[in-house]
Formats: sequence, C-alpha cells, structure tokens
Amino acid sequence: MKRFSLGLVAMLVVGIATATTFSWRDWSKEEMAILATLRLSQLQAPEADPSNRVEAMPQAIALGKQLFFDTKLSANGKVACASCHDPRQQFQDGRPVGQGAGTGIRRTMPVAGAAYSPFLFWDGRKDSLWAQAIGPLEDAAEHGGNRLAYARIMQQHYRSEYEAVFGALPDMARLPSDASPLGTPAQQAAWNAMGRDRQEQVSRVLANIGKAIAAYEKAVRFGDSRLDRYIEGIIANDGKADQLLTASEKNGLRIFIGAGRCVTCHNGPLLTDQHFHNTGIAPHGPMPQALGRRSGVAKLLADEFNCLGSFSDAAPEQCGELRFLATEGGTLDGAYKTPSLRNVALRPPYMHAGQIATLDEVVAHYRAAPAAKIGKSELEKLEFSAQDVKDLAAFLGTLSGPVYAGDQPPSR
Amino acid sequence: MFRALLIGLVFLSTLGLGGCMSPPVGLDVARERVTLQQRYQVGIKPAAEPIVIGKMHAWEVSVKQASGQPLTGARILVDGGMPQHHHGLPTQPRMTRELGDGRYLVEGVKFSMSGWWEFKLKIEGAQGVDDVTFNLVLP
Repeated sequence: MKRFSLGLVAMLVVGIATATTFSWRDWSKEEMAILATLRLSQLQAPEADPSNRVEAMPQAIALGKQLFFDTKLSANGKVACASCHDPRQQFQDGRPVGQGAGTGIRRTMPVAGAAYSPFLFWDGRKDSLWAQAIGPLEDAAEHGGNRLAYARIMQQHYRSEYEAVFGALPDMARLPSDASPLGTPAQQAAWNAMGRDRQEQVSRVLANIGKAIAAYEKAVRFGDSRLDRYIEGIIANDGKADQLLTASEKNGLRIFIGAGRCVTCHNGPLLTDQHFHNTGIAPHGPMPQALGRRSGVAKLLADEFNCLGSFSDAAPEQCGELRFLATEGGTLDGAYKTPSLRNVALRPPYMHAGQIATLDEVVAHYRAAPAAKIGKSELEKLEFSAQDVKDLAAFLGTLSGPVYAGDQPPSR
Repeated sequence: MFRALLIGLVFLSTLGLGGCMSPPVGLDVARERVTLQQRYQVGIKPAAEPIVIGKMHAWEVSVKQASGQPLTGARILVDGGMPQHHHGLPTQPRMTRELGDGRYLVEGVKFSMSGWWEFKLKIEGAQGVDDVTFNLVLP
C-alpha cells in the first residue's frame, strides 16, 4: 500500500513537472505549435479558380466592383450585392436573416476569405464564388430579378466593359423583356419559348456577371487581429506581446485550443475547416432547406452553373470537389458550414439563421451540447465553469481586425 | 503498482498536454495490414507527404493475395471518418485507376482536421470481398 502511494505521488510530480515545462511563459510546446497554425501570416494566397478564366483580369475586377454596388441588378431597383454584403459592416448586414426584395431564410455570410471555400453558402450548394454570386440575383427573396433582364442591363449600361472581358453580347432584339427558368410562371413560359441556343447565350451572360463579381470578391480579405499580433509576438519572444491579451482572453484561448476542442473544426488561419457539421442548432425555414448540407448537396449536383457544367471554364479533372463530393451518410443531415471566426465578435447574431444573439450564448450552447432536432449533433457536453464561458467569449473578441477590399481602405 | 501507473497516466492525459482530443493509447497506425478475414494483404501510401489538412490528394493502395501474389482486377471501395467526432470523410474518395502489379490509385481523399481518422477499404477481388481499416493520426 505504501509502495502504491509512493508510486502515485511520483506520477503526480512527473505530471505536474511535464505540464509546467513551458517553452514560452504561458504556453506549452504543444500549445505553441497549435497557436502558430492560427496566424494570418500562414494563410497562402487563394488558389486560382479554374472555372473562372477572367478572375485575375483587372477589367473583370473593375466591372465586378461596379456590379457589386449596382442596385439596377434587382427587380425593384433597390437591391445590390452590397445591400446585404455591406462593406461598412464587413460585407454582411448584422441581421438574423437576409432582407432583400423579400425576407430570406439564412444569415448573410461575410465575403472576406470566401475565396478559400470549396463550397459557398451555409449548405454549400454552390462550388465557386461566381456560381454563388448569381444565386441571389434570381432569388425572389434577394435581388428578385431574372436572367434575361440582367442580360439587357449589361447591354444598356455595361456593354463596352462587358464585351472587353467576355466578348460580344448576344442579340436580344427579338426576345421578351423578362425570362428565366427560375422566375414567375410568365417568365418561365417566356424562357421555354426562347429556344435552346438563346437560352444558353442568356445564361452565359448571367454566368459572366457572376465571374466579374467573383473577380472583385476574390480580393476581399481579412487583416491582422490582436490575436495575430499576440502569437507573432510570443513566437518572436517579444516580451511586450504578453500584454496584448488579458488573462481572461488567454484562458479562453487555452480552452479554445485545448479542453474545448473548438480548434478541431475552427482550425488554420481562417479558423474554419471549410466543412459541414451538425452542432444541434435549432432548425429554421422550410423543408428541404432545413436539412442543411443534405439539401445543399442535391442542389449542387443539379446546378447548371457548377464546375462540371457548360458555363464553367474548368476541365472536368479540375473539378475534384465535385467529382469526389460526399453525397451519402447521415452526417449531411442538419449540417451547416463551419464559418471563419475572424471578426466574429463584430457580427452578431450567430448561426445559419441568426438563432443565437450573443457570443456568451453561443459558447453556452457548445457547453450544453443539446440534441439536434434534425440529424445527430457532433457536440459533446463540456464541463466548463461560467467563468470559462465568459473567457472563451472574451477570447473570440481578439479575432477582430480590418477587412480589405482590393484598393479600398480597410473597414472595421 | 500497475494501478498507480494507470492513475498516473490518466492524470497526465487529463492535463491536456496536446490540447485536442487524443487518439486512443496504443492505436495501431500501421500502413500495411491484413484484411479482416485474412484474404488480402493491403498497403497504403499517400501520393505526397506530409498530408496537408484540407487539401485533396491521392493514395496508392497495394493489394496482395494470401499467397503473396499481387491482386489484379480488383475493385476497391473507400469509406472512413473520425470515430471521436461522429462524422465521415469530407469527400467520397474513389478508386480511379489500376496501376498494375496489384497497385491501385484512390483519388479524392481529404482530411479536414487533425486527429484520428479511420480509412476503410473494401476489397472486391477474385478471392472474395474483404475489409480492412487503417488508422491515421494527423498532427
């Protein structure tokens, strides 16, 4: 029995000694290794999108910027991309769900860093920035317009800019004013009467509008946050860096990369794995959209504007994400995209339909790990104190920084 | 003494030195294994190392019959996921080509986070269908 106690004491001593051997003040070697991966300086430039051959063309970027802010690209003349993706609010709108020509069912996502996502929207129903950009244009709750009307706007207001990038616009003289396969019954009837070639030409104009907008959006990016300056500082052994985070924020960070396991999904410099997970958030909106990734996958496969479609500039072998898309399994149900946590404190409310108002409540949700109403939650209950919850929420505030858009000055 | 050692180990692990959820102690991470019913010997090798989190990549799978001869003309189905996170692979990898000498190319593999992943192969060959599971631990 005595030997047993001695053994236990020896183990405790070894354990404490190991745990307190820090490579730099507050952090162990293992923790430092994780922290180093979160720095914005570790983010490579986004890869070229083979499905958009014009994305690096200055004329395409300039045209895309004009289109992004143009309210003419809507049924009521009042909605631009920038209406919800407001550059003064980090390209989002601060509302629980988007408000365009009507009321949407999902939280507006920030544009910064979107170029790194293989799948766009909360359910990943688009596989490129350009295909994403044209979705809201024809959505009745968003811009509410139709593709033939958009092609006419390009002809009337952007002809030279458009043709400099994409070549001649189609002849639309004998076509009706409005037509779309997704519009009102009258617009759909007009679309069906147009004939295949004309349909293809008009759809290509819509795809090109998306490609120009994507070229502009590609440069919307995050700047350094306080956390980046802190981690860079402690790696460089700069004693002053220690002051950049409070004790509460440091405890939150320790839980984030440790016992909270937040970093398993919120990983890398953008603090996202770019994947889809069920975290037991209350469902919102009608079926099948409320199924999240399950519905997103079905839409992506059926989308004429996906990487393998005729409007994509990619060769089929360049469409790896689509060719090897996970289309089966229960984990698709109720799963939504892991958002980047950069600037998260600056954009309440949270989750895919703004279901949770504050970061304290978000962290409390992760601690409680409630069962999912749709599918199965991946979360497990965590034994945190009320102070730990506050500290984690405080830590998330260290991820705030500027957002840059091309040549624009940063906005906070 | 063994119990003391065990308590000590548990204590060490609860200190959370690594931070993330740790893989089970003693997890077999061999990249060559015999299938469940011992019909085939299977080896796996990534096209490039180290494996980059979040980047799609290919693996080469080598299959031998119980006799040691390379298995040709087989079909390989891929599955897997993270047992500690209740989710599957982020992509649906597929065998896209037979490379000869019992070697096969599996494309479309992606791991979206660090930790313990299971990489499961179903081999359909002349000797029947058999399964094998590899454990991968990504830093």
